[in-house]
Order: sequence, then C-alpha cells, then structure tokens
Amino acid sequence: MGKLLGKLKTIASDVGLPLALISGLFLQSCSESNRSTAKTESVDEDVAKAVYVAPGKHDELYSFLSGGFNGQVSVYGIPSGRLLKVIPVFSQFPENGYGYNEETRPMLMTSHGFVPWDDLHHPKLSRAEGMADGRWLFVNGNNTPRVARIDLTTFETVEIMEIPNSAGNHCSPYPTNNNEYILAGTRFSVPLDLAKGGMGDASLEEYKDKFRGSISFIKVDKDKGDMELDFQVLVPGFDYDLANGGKGPSGDWVFFTTYNTEKARTMKELGASQNDKDYLAAINWKLAAKYAAEGKAHEMPANYYHNKLDHGTHKATSTIKKKVRYLLPEECPGMMYLLPAPKSPHGIDVDPTGEYMVVNGKLASTLPVFSFSKMQKAIEDKAFDGEVNGIPVFKYDAVLYGEVKEPGLGPLHTEFDGKGNAYSTMFVSSEVVKWNVKDLKVLDRMPVYYSPGHLMIPGGDTKEPYGKYLVVMNKITKDRYLPTGPELVHSAQLIDISGDKMRMLLDFPTLAEPHYAQGIPADKVAPNSVKFFKLDENTHPEAVKKEADASVTRQGKTVKVNMTSIRSHFVPDNIEGVQVGDTVIFHVTNLEQDWDVPHGFAVMGADNAETLIMPGATQSLRWVPKQAGVYPFYCTDFCSALHQEMQGYIRVSPKGSNVPIKFSSGEKKPVPPPNGGPASAGIN
Amino acid sequence: MNKLSRLLMFLAALSLGLLFLSPMWKIYLKAPQYPEGLEMHIWVNKISGSSESVLQNFNILNHYIGMEPIHAESFAELKIMPYIVFAFMITGAIVALVGKRRLILYWGVLLLIGGAVGILDFYLWLVKFGTNLSPEAPIKVPGMTYIPPLLGRKQLLNFEALSLPSTGSLGILLALVFAAIAYYVSRKNKLEEQTLITT
Repeated sequence: MGKLLGKLKTIASDVGLPLALISGLFLQSCSESNRSTAKTESVDEDVAKAVYVAPGKHDELYSFLSGGFNGQVSVYGIPSGRLLKVIPVFSQFPENGYGYNEETRPMLMTSHGFVPWDDLHHPKLSRAEGMADGRWLFVNGNNTPRVARIDLTTFETVEIMEIPNSAGNHCSPYPTNNNEYILAGTRFSVPLDLAKGGMGDASLEEYKDKFRGSISFIKVDKDKGDMELDFQVLVPGFDYDLANGGKGPSGDWVFFTTYNTEKARTMKELGASQNDKDYLAAINWKLAAKYAAEGKAHEMPANYYHNKLDHGTHKATSTIKKKVRYLLPEECPGMMYLLPAPKSPHGIDVDPTGEYMVVNGKLASTLPVFSFSKMQKAIEDKAFDGEVNGIPVFKYDAVLYGEVKEPGLGPLHTEFDGKGNAYSTMFVSSEVVKWNVKDLKVLDRMPVYYSPGHLMIPGGDTKEPYGKYLVVMNKITKDRYLPTGPELVHSAQLIDISGDKMRMLLDFPTLAEPHYAQGIPADKVAPNSVKFFKLDENTHPEAVKKEADASVTRQGKTVKVNMTSIRSHFVPDNIEGVQVGDTVIFHVTNLEQDWDVPHGFAVMGADNAETLIMPGATQSLRWVPKQAGVYPFYCTDFCSALHQEMQGYIRVSPKGSNVPIKFSSGEKKPVPPPNGGPASAGIN
Repeated sequence: MNKLSRLLMFLAALSLGLLFLSPMWKIYLKAPQYPEGLEMHIWVNKISGSSESVLQNFNILNHYIGMEPIHAESFAELKIMPYIVFAFMITGAIVALVGKRRLILYWGVLLLIGGAVGILDFYLWLVKFGTNLSPEAPIKVPGMTYIPPLLGRKQLLNFEALSLPSTGSLGILLALVFAAIAYYVSRKNKLEEQTLITT
C-alpha cells in the first residue's frame, strides 16, 4: 500500500487536483483489503510502554480538543489518551445543568435569542511571552459568532461574547503573544449596514459590491481575563478561513487565510476554486490598535451580547452592547497587506522563530513557505502587484521563501517541533508529512487513519514547542474500532516525534468532530486547580449557608425554595403548599467543603434538566408542576453510602387549594429497639 | 539562684508560649477515599485541621456512626486552658524574678500535674465522643465503639487513625526540662557557695 501511495502521489502532483481527489476515493476503497498490513506496518511492539500511564499516575500533558458540532471542549490526558473532562461551552449539557439552570442560561443568550448550541472549532490557550500560560482557554463558536473563555482553575466556561458584523466566526480565536488581543475573523462575508448596524438586506447578485468581512480585535484583561471588543477591521468580501499570530520578529502581525477571492456567491465548490491563487491577509495588529486609538476608527450601531459568569455568585449575567468601532483598511496605510497564496488555503502556521509562514493550500499541489523578512523588504521596496480595496498585494516571488515540492495531497495544517521541522496533515492522501523548514525537503511520512484535518504538537504554535508528541485528528474512522452502526466516533492518533522517524503510538476516540487542539504540560495547569468553592465566599443572593436558614416562600405564583444539600440529605426534604401552575425555583446550595463531592438535584417530571451543584456553590432549577401529586426529588450524583437516601418530597395541590406553605426536614422518630428489628439488620 | 538558673527559668516560662503557636496533639485519619488524609489539630485554645474544612468533613463522616458533631464550642476546656497556660507563664517568670530555688520545684511539679490532667481530660473526651453514639445512627456495628487512640495507631472500620503529640506539647516538655536544669544548676551553685564559705 505504501508503494502504491507513493506512486499515486508522484502522478498526482503532475496531473494535479482531479487525480488527487480520485486517488483519495481510491485509497478509501482499498483500505479495507489492506487493513491488516497497514496496522502491523506502522506500530512497533513496544509502543504500549510509551503511552502507558499506570493506575494512580497522572498524564504528562493536558490536551484540549474542540468538539466541533457538539459545542463542547474535551480534555484528554497525553500520552494515555484518557478522557478527563467534557466542558460545555456553547451547548446545554444535561450532565450538569449547564445552560438549563437559572445561573448559566444567560451564558447562551445572543442577539438571536437563546442559542443553546454551536459549532466549536478552535481552542487556543492564553499566552505570556509567546508561551501558553495555562490560565485560560479561548474557543470560538463558528455558527452564531461567539468567542468564549474557559477558566482553567475550574475548567468552566466563564465568559461568552457575541461577535457583531460576523457570519461564521471561523478564523478565531487567536491570541497575540501576551493576550493583548484575541483576533476573530468572519468566515462568510455578508452585507453590512454601516448606518443602522448589523447585517443589511441586499440582493445576492450584489455580492461583489456589498458584501464585507470583519476581523474583531478583542482586548483581554491582563489579570482577570475579561474580554472586551475594542474594534473591528472591515475587510474585503472574501471567505476567511484560519488565522495565526506571528512571534519573535513577526510578533506584531497576525495572518489570515482567505478563499473565494473570486467573490462567488453560488456553488462555491466550483466558484471559489477558480483562482490559482487566493490570499494570505497580513495585519499589523499593533498598528491597527494605534490607528484605533488615534481616532481613525468609525463608530456604528451594533447589538451583541456579552455574558459573564461571576466567581462569587456562580451566576451569569448578560449585558447588551450597542456600539462597535471599526477601521477601514483603505484609510490605514501599512496596516494590512495581501500575499498571493495557492489555492483555497486552510491553515496558516508560523514557525517557532517567527520567520516562516506556511500556507496549507488544500487544493494546491505544493506547500508555499513565506518569509517574514522578505515581506518586510517587499514593503520597503513596494514590491506590489496591484491592490484590492486599497490593500496592497505583494508580488508572489517577492515574499516567497520557497515551496515544499510534492508534500502529499491536500495539505491542511502544519505545526512545528522546535528542532526546525514542520509536520503537515495531508487530508487527501491520509498522512502526516515531516519536512525541514530550512531546506524544505520531506523527511518522513506516516500514514494515518483516515483523512486527517488538523494536528497538534503541544506548544507547536508557540515559540518553544514541547516536541515529544503529535496528535492528529482524523475525520474518518471506519475499521479502527468496534463498529457502532453507521456513525462512528472520530479518531485521534498519537505519534511520537522525538526521534528522526515518526512512531505511531495510540488511537483514541474523540467526541463529535475536533477541529483543533491545544496541549500544555500538566504542571502549568494542575497546581492551580480549584478543589471546591469556599462557602464563605459564595455571594449568590439565594445562597443558604446553614441548614437553619433554609426556607420556602411564596411570592405570587412563584414558590422559592432555598435549600441546602450535604451528605446525605436535603433541608428541607418535605415541602407542601405548592399548587399546579406555580413556578417553583429550587435554589440549592451545596454545603460540602470537600473535593469531588458535588450533589445533584432532580425532581420528577422536570422538563428542562437536573442540575449539579459544586461544593460551596448555589444552583437554581426552575420547575412548573402540571399535575397535582407528591413528587420525589433526589440527588443524582453518587455522594455517600446514604446517597440513595438523599431524597425528599414536594406536594403539589390543585390550583386554588388552601394547603399552606410548609417545610421541614427530620422529625424525631422512635428509636428502634436494640438487637433485632430491621434497623440493625441492615448492616449485616 | 544565680543568673543562669534565672535565665533558664525565664526560658521555661517562655517555652509554654509554644502552645499558642502550634497544636498540642494531632489525630490523623486515613481511608481509601481520603488519599490526602484528614488531620484534626487540637490546640490549647481551638480545634482545627490540615485545611479549613477538615472539621466539617470529620463531622460528615462521624454522622454515619451517630457521633456528635465536634465543634470548638463543645469544649469548655478550650476556653479555660489558655488562662491556665498564661498563669504558668506568669508564675514561671515570677519564680525567675524572686529567685527562690524551692519555687522552681513547686512550679515544675504543678506543671507536671497540669499536663497529666490535660492528657486525662483529652482521653476522657475521646471516650465520650467515641462511645456516646446516637441510637438513630445509620450505621450501627454491634459492640463497636469509635474511641480514637490516645497515642499511636488504631483501625476504626475503614479508617486508620493515628494520634500523636505535636509541637505544642513540646512547649510543656521544654518548660519541664528548662525548669529541671534551672533547679539542678542552682543546686550546684549553692554547693559551691557553701564550700567557698567553709574553706
């Protein structure tokens, strides 16, 4: 199969794209018959040792994989590939009530209303001096443009900001080297109404004239991490795909790949694939910030949500922003340039030195590497080849360092090992290709199973990659695991890159469709992990910090239950006086002050979810009983030997009945006689 | 009493201050679900733990077997003991100032008795908590009591309990040692003085 693959590649690079696609199909169809050989060829006998993390031992690294269409982030340990956590970000999560309970519902509010799902593509770790600092993880919502921040002390989503003037927040969220800005670019261009704000109404025939894209500059608070949309740059109406920041000499720049520079509006698979070259957009973010500060920015109306979770109250609040500032590149000389890049590029990746920019043209047969110093010289020499919307376009040869010849088929994304090597995923030929950044020679190839999208080397997008492992995220999984019907999980593969030759170590299943990942040494995150919330610091307005203060109160048609939970009971656990049609809100405070002792709260017939309350926190669940009866409620997360007994009843009487509000917990009961009787029989 | 023994006596009085700086006794509990261990620290004036919430977690565990919750307020001793220690510190200093050798002996013996009473009291409340169990306890093991060890190791159901004196108690020990030396040193001087006079 390897030989066949090689042959196909040589032919394909001559004949170009059509054959590339055919060979992709062919490879998939012949994979079945070659399965066993492929498996034995690529895996050594001793790899088990390389990924084995003994019981009780911890992994070397955390990795954060985006969940794609599940709107979540999955946290895996590396090298074991063990799933450590699922963090809901843009999606409701029945497991813990995120997006269902009253505290977190505001997190999912947008100008389109409550949007409880999204397509989460790219996780990016916050940075200090160009290195991941393990404080926050920024992620993008592609569908309903949003950027979120996850706090890595709690592994909880603490902030979600909607991005106005964006449609498909794909090239997002890329942090500059000290989190000065998080950059977020639009994937789809849309007509913008600069006078009224937001999306305008335009005929699709007017695409070429009226559609624009936007790139958002989000400021990040140095200490708290809070985000704020500083300004946007309104860019030509292409499709913007991926972005990456420079480092070292190129630290002031951020790069965006574009496709559909043809500005086609229909059948883009053809329409957007006509130009031999699209563009890599380069923006000097420092200069942009300067222009914005100096008053070059215009202001337009906007309407976007900014949602934040408060640490003390454990509650999210939404604020609606009504304005946004924007810059026009044509008014800001030196801020933005375009580099011609072949063809429909996907990943843009800057090597650890900051000098080389690799553009992965997914439909191109070569892999171009641009030089930052040549780009600087081209600016000086004005080596331009025309302009688009007042943005200068460089001459290709003036900025090109060189091309990797015959890299493989369908290059998608590249990361670096810190030893001068680059690793690129080849989507069509299903392989990872290692090549040298200096001489652009291919050094090694590793077949992967199958159709890899992105890959990740921990720190591979920073100035000092970890350089020991590579995780490749594959789109097609057929035959790698026991079959599970027509839908299979996606598969990630762990590759050892510490030696000259790549070594396949492990397959592990992933949730939904990871588009990108970030990895970080465990010791940068683990020591800061919060074990429980201090009850004393809980400032939730409905928190009840001791059992004696628990209460049930009626306010009109709303019954408020301020309840406590601790191993292994609720206070109160008997509630009466609720009527059909009342809105009951259970505010449950978990009094525990111990690690890993959350308590769940669920009531029969609740049509939203349960909720899971972390030790020391308060969560609120809304429940509207529709029929009279006595409803049990209980703890859903095993908490103690008496977990099953952690339950109570709430009585719902018909509308208009005269049952008064009443609540209690624990009545003195007669003590069973010693020796014998059911009470003491229980422990035998 | 000469200068040295006066100084030693001051040190003896001062050593007791250690009781306010660190716990007298520590009880360690270990169980499979508490890999990090639980520590209860008994001070001369309070009860604490290796972390803020340890006492609450002790009580959560204890409630399964019907043990009364432990709070600092449940012990009158913790209110009285600091004054007793203060009294010993002040009287120790007075002994050093007055310089009567015999007083060192009285002071030392009283302190020894005080310490012994303290340990007896501690043992009694261990017994009280370990045996005074609620008849409504969810878990009842026939014949089982839960008296933690006064000193050393003991298995209590799934918990391994270890009880040891801690740095605070060292204060009492040091006070006794310093007092003893002071007593000894002053005796030696007395003999020397006597021999000087007689020769």
